[in-house]
Amino acid sequence: MNEFKVLTRESGNAVVMELQGFLDAHTAPDLEKTFSELMSKGKYNIVVNFDALNYISSAGLGVFMAYIDEVRNNHGDIKLANMQQKVFNVFDLLGFPYLYEIYKDQEEALKKFNSR
Amino acid sequence: MKSSEKIEAKRVFKSTTNALAEVREFVDELAARFGFGDKEVSEITLAVDEACTNVIKHAYKGKPDAEFEVRVLATGREFQIVVRDWGASFKPDEVPVPNIRDKYRKHKAGGLGIFLMKKLMDTVEYQDRDTSNEVRLVRYLRNEQKS
Repeated sequence: MNEFKVLTRESGNAVVMELQGFLDAHTAPDLEKTFSELMSKGKYNIVVNFDALNYISSAGLGVFMAYIDEVRNNHGDIKLANMQQKVFNVFDLLGFPYLYEIYKDQEEALKKFNSR
Repeated sequence: MKSSEKIEAKRVFKSTTNALAEVREFVDELAARFGFGDKEVSEITLAVDEACTNVIKHAYKGKPDAEFEVRVLATGREFQIVVRDWGASFKPDEVPVPNIRDKYRKHKAGGLGIFLMKKLMDTVEYQDRDTSNEVRLVRYLRNEQKS
């Protein structure tokens, strides 16, 4: 079984979302649920840490696309960090680096929020 | 020099997203055995995942009790995967090439899967048969991988 887990924790004025495992059409609804909960709590400064994510398909990428407008309309952002090369390649093929800030390290992404 | 062996394998999966992990495991193992490197194995597996996700979501529209088949035929330098279903036929020509900025504005991820498949594979072909649909994905083993 390819499992998937999302852990969230607060860090300064942002929320760090840690993804683990395999993000595909089966597990994407779990990520959607987490985003939806953050939206309902008014948490719009989000750093996604991909360090422990081994796999992503377009169903997973779609979740980030689904929430980015709502987040930015509320003066927040979804910043992506710590991607393994193979996961980054998928984002890159779809042109995500033009639309999302992608950082090598989660701390860099957090600094951007905390310096606001 | 390691020569790629001939591979013929077929498996049937239930049309639920739960099956995607099994599909990936099946294809992963065969692509590695054929001689692809890690990066290529991941790319082929992702393309097949996208094809099967489309079958589950669109051909069967989430109906979980149907089945689809994944067939791998690999010989020479050609690694071919055929995904076959007996659901609603799919018209890939009606799926526009996604403009990522547009998709982003419209909050839609549909069409990204097909776009990825085409980026990742050498050939992506849809065939509408009498009672079934097939998508054929081909990736060629390049020289540098055959070491």
